[in-house]
Amino acid sequence: MEEMNFEETMEKLEQIANTLEKGDLSLEESLVKFEEGMKLSKKCNEILENAEKKITILLSKEGELKEEEFKPEE
Amino acid sequence: MEYNVVTVSKLNTYIKEKFEEDEFLNNILVKGEISNFKHHYTGHMYFTLKDENSLIKCVMFKGYTDKLNFIPKDGMKVIILGTVSVFERDGVYQIYAKGMKQEGIGDLHAKYEELKAKLEKEGLFSEAHKKKIPFMPKCIGVLTSNTGAVIRDIINVATRRNPNVYIKLLPVPVQGAGAAEKIVKAIETMNEQKLADVIIIARGGGSLEDLWPFNEEIVARAIYASKLPIISAVGHETDFTISDFVSDLRAPTPSAAAELAVPRIEEIEQKLLTYKNRYKNALLKKLELINLRYQKCMASKVFKDPMQRINEQYMILDKFVKNLEYKIQSKLKDERTKMIKKVAKLDALSPLKTLTRGYTVTQYKGKVINSSKTLKLGDEIELTFSDGKNNAKIM
Repeated sequence: MEEMNFEETMEKLEQIANTLEKGDLSLEESLVKFEEGMKLSKKCNEILENAEKKITILLSKEGELKEEEFKPEE
Repeated sequence: MEYNVVTVSKLNTYIKEKFEEDEFLNNILVKGEISNFKHHYTGHMYFTLKDENSLIKCVMFKGYTDKLNFIPKDGMKVIILGTVSVFERDGVYQIYAKGMKQEGIGDLHAKYEELKAKLEKEGLFSEAHKKKIPFMPKCIGVLTSNTGAVIRDIINVATRRNPNVYIKLLPVPVQGAGAAEKIVKAIETMNEQKLADVIIIARGGGSLEDLWPFNEEIVARAIYASKLPIISAVGHETDFTISDFVSDLRAPTPSAAAELAVPRIEEIEQKLLTYKNRYKNALLKKLELINLRYQKCMASKVFKDPMQRINEQYMILDKFVKNLEYKIQSKLKDERTKMIKKVAKLDALSPLKTLTRGYTVTQYKGKVINSSKTLKLGDEIELTFSDGKNNAKIM
């Protein structure tokens, strides 16, 4: 997953879907593609689920940037 | 000491004369901000010119207003050429404006066009140089003021599209002296420390002067040099800054920038679900197809009645054997007939037949004798008859 970014993964998922739907693969090849697609889409789901909401502000303190939680004023 | 009593009119006339005697007041340039602007139906303009601490009334008569190349409005910073005099009726002094221009604006416009042309020629706006905005950035860096509506709008739009969005705000001043340098520094910092996957540079609407930091050459060059892709969202939809041209993507507003940087998570999840379903359906279809092929195979005669084909082959074999037998028989018969004919022929040529008619074959010492001269008296000869042999003696 690290070598492929989210966008590339999504493209790959589309590719797999098209190949599978074409139906000219052998059953074994189809199964391999199916598993690959399911694995990749699961990984994408995991990335989405594991993301955490973070709104921060970078403040310069003693010459270094410190990341702190940020709440915009209402 | 005795005072001369004067009327109000006389006083105001006196004051007016004092004003008019003053060379400085007769031909003056004043800068300030317009407020209370009224364009009277007679064509004259009435307004107040002010700065932080003070204000003065102004009037511009129709004859002069026609020469203006812009429409004055409240809040506009202008320089006025005119005369300060007194309006005797009301007892107020005011500027009688003869000319007016927007402060700095002409220069800024020229500078903007000049820089734009220069950078465009240098290739800073080239499409080929523009980086792709990542589809799903893990972290979005925002360079803008930490107060005000802009950052709030960006956070609101971004979190609405992706509830788990990661936004890093690096606060920068977005107008005034020194803002450009701070913006440049912020872009460099984001790049050096790789603080985000994409940067949004944003500012709300404002006058050309307010937006000026985003038209500074150093900002343009910093954006061009940035390794991280940059979305520029400066001012309103109708405002175009140099930053907009040089950035990788221009958003019409800060909210739009958030939309461009953050994908709608619901849509992605829906898409992922669709893919999974497509895979399942494709595989099911494949299995169905294979099953169908299997059924078709099993329905074929070979599997349904395997002996039939064997029996068929037997029958063919039998026929073949029979045919072969017949052919051999007939050949045999032919040969036999031919042989009988030949035997008959042979029989006709055989000397035995001649012997039966009374002839004999005479042999002397095993040799057939066909002349009487070869024999002499006393030779013993052998006579062969059709039914046997006898010995005889020549006498």
